[in-house]
Amino acid sequence: MALLTQASGRRLVAGIPLLWLLLLFLIPFLIVFRISFSEVRLAIPPYTPLISWHHGTPSLELHTSAYSFLFTDPLYVSSYLYSLKVAAVSTLCCLLIGYPMAYAIAHARAATRSVLLMLVVLPFWTSFLLRVYAWIGLLKNNGVINNVLLYLGVIHQPLALLQTDFAVYIGIVYSYLPFMILPLYTNLEKHDPTLLEAAADLGARPLRAFLAVTLPQSAAGILAGSLLVFIPAVGEYVIPTLLGRTDQLMIGRVLSDEFFENRDWPVASAVAIVVLLLLVVPIILFQRLERRELEAGK
Amino acid sequence: MRSRGVFARSMLVLGLVFLYVPIASMMVFSFNNSRLVTVWDAAHSPTLKWYQALLGNEQILGAAFLSIRIALISATAAVVLGTLAGMALARFGPFRGRLLLAGMTTAPIVMPEVITGLSLLLLFVALGQLIGWPRGAGAVTITLAHITFCMAYVSVVVQSRLAGFDESLEEAAMDLGARPLTVFGRITLPLILPAVASGWLLAFTLSWDDLVITQFVAGPGSSTLPMVIFSKVRFGVTPDINALATIMVLIVASGIALSTVWMRHRERRRERDLQLAAAANL
Repeated sequence: MALLTQASGRRLVAGIPLLWLLLLFLIPFLIVFRISFSEVRLAIPPYTPLISWHHGTPSLELHTSAYSFLFTDPLYVSSYLYSLKVAAVSTLCCLLIGYPMAYAIAHARAATRSVLLMLVVLPFWTSFLLRVYAWIGLLKNNGVINNVLLYLGVIHQPLALLQTDFAVYIGIVYSYLPFMILPLYTNLEKHDPTLLEAAADLGARPLRAFLAVTLPQSAAGILAGSLLVFIPAVGEYVIPTLLGRTDQLMIGRVLSDEFFENRDWPVASAVAIVVLLLLVVPIILFQRLERRELEAGK
Repeated sequence: MRSRGVFARSMLVLGLVFLYVPIASMMVFSFNNSRLVTVWDAAHSPTLKWYQALLGNEQILGAAFLSIRIALISATAAVVLGTLAGMALARFGPFRGRLLLAGMTTAPIVMPEVITGLSLLLLFVALGQLIGWPRGAGAVTITLAHITFCMAYVSVVVQSRLAGFDESLEEAAMDLGARPLTVFGRITLPLILPAVASGWLLAFTLSWDDLVITQFVAGPGSSTLPMVIFSKVRFGVTPDINALATIMVLIVASGIALSTVWMRHRERRRERDLQLAAAANL
């Protein structure tokens, strides 16, 4: 009897969240997939049905026009490439800034360490939108950075900083830096200091010891941090909309415009499916890393 | 060794400056008299007029109230669902659907928000046609969407906390004849309480802050605070938003400080209890 209730209790514990995510996470993707194979029409809903009836017999209607549209109009291809480029450059900058920061935190004294970690995480708890908005005030033509540089006499004309690639990189690095630092810190903190001592005893200079010992050992942390930045950055919407160029859109903005401005649900869905296809390898990699990390505690 | 330490440490300082300068600049300019936001009007500043303007702005206050309501409900539901998922993944061993559950609790964390938003809206539209519910988009659809992406974070937090404890305590309680629910209430829940609490705070923050997914599922009638802020700042900087940002930063900072003190207190008490228990065993 106890065994029976325990088994059904377990089924309930696992079943409720599983059911919720099936309904609100997996099925929605299947719907997007299905709508990407229809055509836009003026009706409610604004796309053709999957199965149409001709004289009482059902026939499957699969349209690939949304996809062929994506690959014939250069706007989409260039948006995909631009998004991948922006995400890659931002991830690299995050890594170059975040790695030394994580390293310094991991090598700080235990008491300072928790304060430093809190300082890194604190901005993350304040509104993401407002932190991106803060950069408008800094980067504008008559913004803080230009005013300071003009005052110091470094420049004589305000620099055009806003609505550039540079502003988008700054925005993404700024918003996602904690996501790079935390996995790196978790990894670096676990390193065994005696390995570095052994390298030093064997005559390795600090840089060589770092390259031969620390860096390879932190590969998993580098990968986890990079994926946590790269994957969401590809689909970023808020940062390029507020800080970025108006002549070159990122794919997240294209998707949103396609849906809200053009009301073309099939093309918006096809844009989403292609983004997922581009990201499927990084997402699977991230999941494997994450699962290993979560199960390593045992 | 020393030179590298200096490099890393100076990068840390520079990085922290980079993280805090924008926030500090918003806070400073919230007391600026000039409408030109980033030009300091020394003659008439500091002033509290943007704070007064904020308190008189019913659109912002209404949106803030809606956001708080949605965040409270979403965080609470997400904590329940996320804790269940975290328990199942950390404690149940292999079961049917485990891989699926593990995948669906980590995927929403990295999924680009536009895709999650689009897919959820299309689900709600399809459900509306199929069973007539939900009728139109609004607070209900926003809450359902927020619960879904928040529970993923909660489950990861709970799962990693559970992975840090072995099952021997729970097994001992079972051996002594405690029912599963008693074991959960007396052993597991107190152990994971810090994770559950920080999971709730995380979920509340994520829900309170979300713009992209919310914009997809919100419909015309209901605007959350981030939606109002976004539509205001899209076309330039407005000084009252600086005041709003300052208030939010202060609330969050004091909240974090309080919860850190509480956690440390709990942790210290636990250590003392452990020491006492060890001493009693001697």
